[in-house]
Amino acid sequence: MTLAIEKMRSEIPGFDHVAHGGLPRGRTTLISGTAGSAKTVFAAQFLSAGIDLADEHGVFVTFEEAPGDLRQNMLGLGWDIRKWESEGRWAFVDASPQPGEPPVLTGGYDLGALLARIEHAIHRIGATRIVLDSVGGMLAQLPDTATVRHELFRIALALKGMGVTSLITAERLGEDGPIARFGVEEFVADNVIILRNHLEQESRRRTVEILKFRGTDHQKGECPFTIIPGEGIVVIPLSAIELKQRSSDRRVTSGNNDLDAMCGGGFFRDSIILVSGPTGTGKTLITTGFIAGGADRGERCLLLAFEESREQLVRNASGWGIDYERMEAEGKLKVVCAYPEAASLEDHLIWIKKLIDEHRPDRVAVDSLSALERVASLKSFREFAIGLTSFIKHREIPGLFTATTSTLLGGSSITETHISTTTDSIILLRYVEMYGEMRRGLAVLKMRGSHHDKEIREFTIDGRGMHIGQAFRNIFGILSGNFTRVSPGELERLDELFRDDDGPGI
Amino acid sequence: MNRYVLKLYVTGQTARSQRAIEQLKAICESELNQHYEMVVIDVLERPQLAEDERILATPTVVKELPPPIRRIIGDLSDIERVLLGLDLLTHTRVGGHDPA
Repeated sequence: MTLAIEKMRSEIPGFDHVAHGGLPRGRTTLISGTAGSAKTVFAAQFLSAGIDLADEHGVFVTFEEAPGDLRQNMLGLGWDIRKWESEGRWAFVDASPQPGEPPVLTGGYDLGALLARIEHAIHRIGATRIVLDSVGGMLAQLPDTATVRHELFRIALALKGMGVTSLITAERLGEDGPIARFGVEEFVADNVIILRNHLEQESRRRTVEILKFRGTDHQKGECPFTIIPGEGIVVIPLSAIELKQRSSDRRVTSGNNDLDAMCGGGFFRDSIILVSGPTGTGKTLITTGFIAGGADRGERCLLLAFEESREQLVRNASGWGIDYERMEAEGKLKVVCAYPEAASLEDHLIWIKKLIDEHRPDRVAVDSLSALERVASLKSFREFAIGLTSFIKHREIPGLFTATTSTLLGGSSITETHISTTTDSIILLRYVEMYGEMRRGLAVLKMRGSHHDKEIREFTIDGRGMHIGQAFRNIFGILSGNFTRVSPGELERLDELFRDDDGPGI
Repeated sequence: MNRYVLKLYVTGQTARSQRAIEQLKAICESELNQHYEMVVIDVLERPQLAEDERILATPTVVKELPPPIRRIIGDLSDIERVLLGLDLLTHTRVGGHDPA
């Protein structure tokens, strides 16, 4: 029986989760990607994170960029390579192109000098991590591709013999097709990671995919990642939180007693609630009530607003007698407004997570989630929504999201379509047209793990907030927007609704 | 005649290293007539020297003098190209890079 392959934590945020523990220890892994897919950053972060978080030293063999350029470029990601070099924790093996005449080839050769230099550097600083960046840069400098490939294979074997964990970067010509140029996967075939930089609907989307780890497991498929100045790569695992959360039967208030009653006694503490409806039906009001209800009970609240400015939010809330500014001054509330277009969804997700980690709220509201639909592709949006909802659920706090439907009557939103399965409760708000008058209706469509009111109730909004009344008994098709008002038993009541005696007979 | 300073980097005592050393000696004797200094460096023993000179391949000859500095890679079996690399074949101005 052979020993199972051990993993080495790369310490690149999120990656080790996708990699089920990290990179195969003592092996060589190929990082392949097109130009601009962040191969060098990934490789450099493997070393910098090792130094910072695991106290493991690293050797960077560069065939492309000169060490001086790398030191400078990586400074922007917060990595002071020069300092680490002086501390003997980072070493360069400079194999970047030299100025002057190219060498003259006069017969057979090997890369014995390069290997000797790499071994020397590894021993000198006691490195356990090593990066070779990149195969293409090496091939560009030396004639005879066959020799270089053979020598790379020899170097990979030697690295394995020394027990170091290594990354070798290689170029791809396109996002599809061969794993890498020059057939390099033939000699470092055991472990392959592909970095991609897709252009989707005018926005860039970076992903990482572990194609294979020989003899050990990993997550399949692409995972988005982003590069944050001062931090580097952050991978966003989609299934970061498996559905293993304990379900809580503790309830929290929605901020409205009638709505609590309709939900069977309030929202569950660790649930995701989606409030969906056309513009002007009262989604922001429900959000405001949700925040105020939490703050009244001494909870810390976080409100993320993507549609309205801070001033608008404060004014709206004060219109319903709720003082956001006072709540913020008392430390019960944090209101954060952001433009959806200000960042990619991956970046939005990361700052939101950070904010939740820092602020540690007892409840979170996002108004509206659907405002973020327009800044990215459907796929990115779906990943964002799942990433955010699972993150909030994992914190065992309630998260209330609003979604605006595109049509005034009936219809659904992209948000609804794509996150309805990850939500625990769905509240629908609808306009109900009754004889030339717009009324508002509310229904609790779904309440996971609890009974709830199945009726579509009318509600009104005044200066004190929302008031839920009776069910619409005489009207059908509210959810679809195709109303039918025929209900013989209700004729008399219907008649009373109209003061005009000449009104239409039914 | 210009004085030549040639450094030959090899990896260990392999057949290829021996061949390169003998070949370079023979060329120097016949072409440079004592006006040369030849240093053999084993990168396994002196890796830091290889690092300082940024040597990748072995065998590599670095012609340090006379200027310009030139590098010749390989076991030196192609004598014509060796002479070209040492600037001893002045009549054919061919580019030094072999795209093979």
